[in-house]
Amino acid sequence: MRVAWLTQLLQIVLVLALAPLLTGVTRKVRARLLRRRGPPLAQPYLDLLKLIRKEVVVAGNASWLFRTAPYAVFASTWVAAALVPTFATGLALGAAADLIVIVALLGTARFMLALAGLDVGTSFGGIGSSREMMFATLAEPAMLMAVFTLSLFAGSTELSSISAFMLGPHAGLNISLALALVALIIVAIAENARIPVDNPATHLELTMVHEAMVLEYSGRHLALIEAAASVKLLLYLSLIACVFIPWGTAVAGAGLAAQAVGFATYAVKLLILGFLLSLFETAIAKMRVFRVPEFLGVALMLGLLGTILLFVSRAPH
Amino acid sequence: MSVAGPWFLSELAAGCVGWLLLLSPLAILIARRRHGSGLTYGACALASCALALVALLALLSPSPPAAIELAVGLPLGRTILGYDPLGAAFALIINVATALVSGYAIGYGAHAREPQRVVPFYPAFIAGMNLVLLSRDAFSFLVGWEFMSLASWALVASDHASAENRRAALVYLIMATGGALTLLFAFGLLAGPSGGYGFAEMRHAAHLAAAPLVLVLALIGAGSKAGLVPLHAWLPLAHPAAPSHVSALMSGVMTKVAVYGFIRIVFDLAGPPSWWWSLPVLVVAGITTLLGVLYALMEHDLKRLLAYHTVENIGIIFIGLGLALAFEASGLKAAAALSLTAAIFHVFNHSLFKSLLFLGSGAVLHATGERDMERLGGLIHRMPVTALAFLAGCIAISALPPFNGFVSEWLTFQAILLSPQLPQWVPRLIVPAVGATLACAAALAATCFVKAFGMTFLGRSRSTAAAEARETDGWSQVAMLLLALLCLLAGVLPGFVMDALAPVMKLLLGARLPVQSSEPWLRIVPIDSARSAYDGALVLGMIAIAAAATALIVRRFASHALRRAPAWDCGFPDASPATQYTAGSFAQPIRRVFGGVVFRAREHVTMPAPGDTGPARLEVELHDTLWEALYAPVIRLVDAVTARVNLLQFLTIRRYLTLVVSALVLLLIIVGATR
Amino acid sequence: MTPLDSDIAHLLAGSMLLVSFLLLYQDRMFALLNFFALHACVLALSVGWQAYLQRAPHLYITALIALAFKGVFIPVALHRIVVRLGIHRTIEAVVSIGPTMLIGMALVALAIVVMLPVTATEGVFVREDLAFALSVLLLGLLMMITRRNAVSQVIGFMSLENGLILAATGARGMPLVVEISVAFSILIAFLVIGMFLFRIRERFDTVDLQALDMSRGEASGGEA
Repeated sequence: MRVAWLTQLLQIVLVLALAPLLTGVTRKVRARLLRRRGPPLAQPYLDLLKLIRKEVVVAGNASWLFRTAPYAVFASTWVAAALVPTFATGLALGAAADLIVIVALLGTARFMLALAGLDVGTSFGGIGSSREMMFATLAEPAMLMAVFTLSLFAGSTELSSISAFMLGPHAGLNISLALALVALIIVAIAENARIPVDNPATHLELTMVHEAMVLEYSGRHLALIEAAASVKLLLYLSLIACVFIPWGTAVAGAGLAAQAVGFATYAVKLLILGFLLSLFETAIAKMRVFRVPEFLGVALMLGLLGTILLFVSRAPH
Repeated sequence: MSVAGPWFLSELAAGCVGWLLLLSPLAILIARRRHGSGLTYGACALASCALALVALLALLSPSPPAAIELAVGLPLGRTILGYDPLGAAFALIINVATALVSGYAIGYGAHAREPQRVVPFYPAFIAGMNLVLLSRDAFSFLVGWEFMSLASWALVASDHASAENRRAALVYLIMATGGALTLLFAFGLLAGPSGGYGFAEMRHAAHLAAAPLVLVLALIGAGSKAGLVPLHAWLPLAHPAAPSHVSALMSGVMTKVAVYGFIRIVFDLAGPPSWWWSLPVLVVAGITTLLGVLYALMEHDLKRLLAYHTVENIGIIFIGLGLALAFEASGLKAAAALSLTAAIFHVFNHSLFKSLLFLGSGAVLHATGERDMERLGGLIHRMPVTALAFLAGCIAISALPPFNGFVSEWLTFQAILLSPQLPQWVPRLIVPAVGATLACAAALAATCFVKAFGMTFLGRSRSTAAAEARETDGWSQVAMLLLALLCLLAGVLPGFVMDALAPVMKLLLGARLPVQSSEPWLRIVPIDSARSAYDGALVLGMIAIAAAATALIVRRFASHALRRAPAWDCGFPDASPATQYTAGSFAQPIRRVFGGVVFRAREHVTMPAPGDTGPARLEVELHDTLWEALYAPVIRLVDAVTARVNLLQFLTIRRYLTLVVSALVLLLIIVGATR
Repeated sequence: MTPLDSDIAHLLAGSMLLVSFLLLYQDRMFALLNFFALHACVLALSVGWQAYLQRAPHLYITALIALAFKGVFIPVALHRIVVRLGIHRTIEAVVSIGPTMLIGMALVALAIVVMLPVTATEGVFVREDLAFALSVLLLGLLMMITRRNAVSQVIGFMSLENGLILAATGARGMPLVVEISVAFSILIAFLVIGMFLFRIRERFDTVDLQALDMSRGEASGGEA
């Protein structure tokens, strides 16, 4: 029990500490692939530090919602990330929330941020909120369909159980899992505002979605939103690692050595996934906004297909 | 057996309903007095509180209270009144919401221009709904149902000056009559030739060959009242037409009575279901869910948007009911109990947050005189309490944790994940599709309520009425805040609600969910803790702690400087509030993605020629495809027939006599032929 | 056959279905050709795996034929044709992509429903493999009816044929002769269609098949 609580506490701190580093790694890799030198790995930390030291400029007609939303967004994203097993399963608070709850917590964060985008009453905030929610209307069901596939496969919606099942002898290769993985990757790209859906580094306002929504934010508020975005990226990569490459993860109640192994493998997994993400991003061009629904529609269809196949093939006789 | 207590409960409940019925004529007398409406609403609130208390005691008592029999009713029949667990659960749900809505009405009703058109019908409406839940025989059920329909019809027609409201009332009256008629047939079939109209007799006679027909009739009769597509057409017209507290009752409460009617007939009276019964229910429910929310997204009128959302939520409830039917037919009792619990839990949740949202829209309507979101905006500054309560309702209805809407959807998802256990192929293909629909609808609902809250309360005021709005009165604020608090509590402590519903499950299915209140940390475990668990209290606690820790760290380390300045907007802020995103532009991406198929949406852009200084125009064309495909032809047919029959008004007396005589002769021939 | 072996076979068959869906999703000609090549490569892998599992050397030949012709030769040739005709920009779809995918889903569900009772005695994997093959076939047909452009219709036709081969290899026992003849017939079909493309282009200056319909209407109008 004590180990579970320690792991949980460690993980709560870990996701926060690692998230900017992961963002830094993806930026660095992308820059190197484009034959640029790129910012140093610690740049996201420095950015955050710089931002929280800055004065906050708030639009004259902004309401209390505008000023509290960053805290709500950051807190719910952080809680969600703390519930996805990273280096060890069997988290003490894992029983509080299954995968569906984690998806819904991210939904709460998105909801608050979209409202904040509308608060000042500018055209860019509106366009960002509207498009972000439109992406979400397809990304969220696609994610849930992938979750359904995983849960039907593993017989549980708890991440620890799913991860344990994937390690176990009954997992094997399955087409539904492949479909769920593809769907999950598409959703991860869309939800983290990566190319080809959105460009996190663009400076052309009309092409931005997420950045347009948070255009009015500055100072510590912006720092919280950027930190939440980093944590969210870490969450998705941890999720993929936890479910699809579960090897090495320390199981509940494992000793110190296993925890260390889990930690090392987790770091390697994150590096690999971050590298793949950057590679994918440099290899592809950003798509038009109204091509995105089709892209996400594919994810939804694949998730649904995976679910239907499992519904049919896992039937008792 | 401790008879005295339970017996007392039925008497009390019947007494409360009688008191409400008596209140109606009294209200006619005092409606125009200075505090007349307030007194009436207060009395209604008290009666609802008493009824809720009675229902709670009846639900918790180990043996259901003995019914009372009255010697009125059909010839050779009698009226039986009393709560069984199902009736008690629904009575508790509707009376909690009704009590708070009535409390709101004490303040809100004082602003009414013609209180005598609203106040007298209000108690009768509540009495009708309670009579439906209290009745243990078909006769009093139908009497209560008609009371409910007619009183609410009168309330819809109360603001009869506008043609739109008159049309709404007419459509509502037609649909309500049709619905009641189908229910009458359903009960007739259930009673059989022996004609036992008590529910107990019907249950004993449940063996029918006609059971499928009963299912269809119940689906039409109760579904038309609840708002299942395609029988929903009256709902978005009628619910918004009534005064806002009545809209809250109609949407939040009356639709639940319809759901009760469906459960009572199909799960309790019609006997053991066949597996295919679930198919029409699931298909209709899935379509209802998706179409309801898409219609709501296209809507700019705040109250109509909410009404369409009722359609969506009814769909979610019926998804749960359909799953429960499928599981029960296959003997999977635990899964059936989970689905039914999810459905009734959602009934409870929807009664809370939909009432809350309609009350909020009423406050906005009273403060600004506007229902059109394109003319609202910025109300969060002028009406902070309403905004806070409305925000809670928005989060709850969007199925986001830690509020209550999420819990019931989570339970429904868990039920869906159990359905590979079903032995038949067809539901196994339909259920995942329904699950995808539900997931889509949840995300679309979130979008819709970002729009509803954002356009109404955030941004800059789009009209002077919105800029000069005043916060609503104290009664209304307290009622809305209480409803918001209940939404949060039901989301954080769902285990108690699920345990309270256990007697209903035992009555209808003979099984129940595991006891939730014994779980550690207030979490809920619908099946097995290794399979799935949710802990609303812990999630709320974690978010609160995380937010507090963040705030502390920020306070300790970050700069405290804060400067108010004009909005940045990439250097192009425009002073005119008209340049903000509007409700129409917010929904434009959704319209482009989904509208082309569902609404045959077309956009016509007219650009002025180069050099022309005239404005460019964007026109959006939307079709209510369902209305045009299903209702418009019927209306045309009725019009054509009435145009013909209208000739009958202008005949000579001799021809009238001819008609009467020939009708008489025809009847005689029929009698002779059948003898 | 170990569970892993059959898992891989199943995964490859499922990947065919996945690529079929991705074919439906494409709206650029070259991307379509690339994904068609991928379709054929997955087919070759799948057939090759079956050859290994069933110890059937002739299936290796089938796999090679699939890889060489449909994985390399035909895509490259089509690529050239597209370049020469200058039609690489768009694929005109009769039904837009979202509804097409939905119909595709329904077709897959239909395939599963049809295959289940027929193969009730078989194991889960055989049943699903056959359902996959039928789905690939139906999706190929769907592609043919939802695209206007002749090149994408050709691709739809070939992906349909890939589905046939998938079904045949899964069913254990299609002789090599049949496969070779099928392969050649496909090749001939390709040649014929290719020639047609040029002819259509010469006549009507477009490969949009609607032009043919219009011309037929004109011709009959002219005769009358």
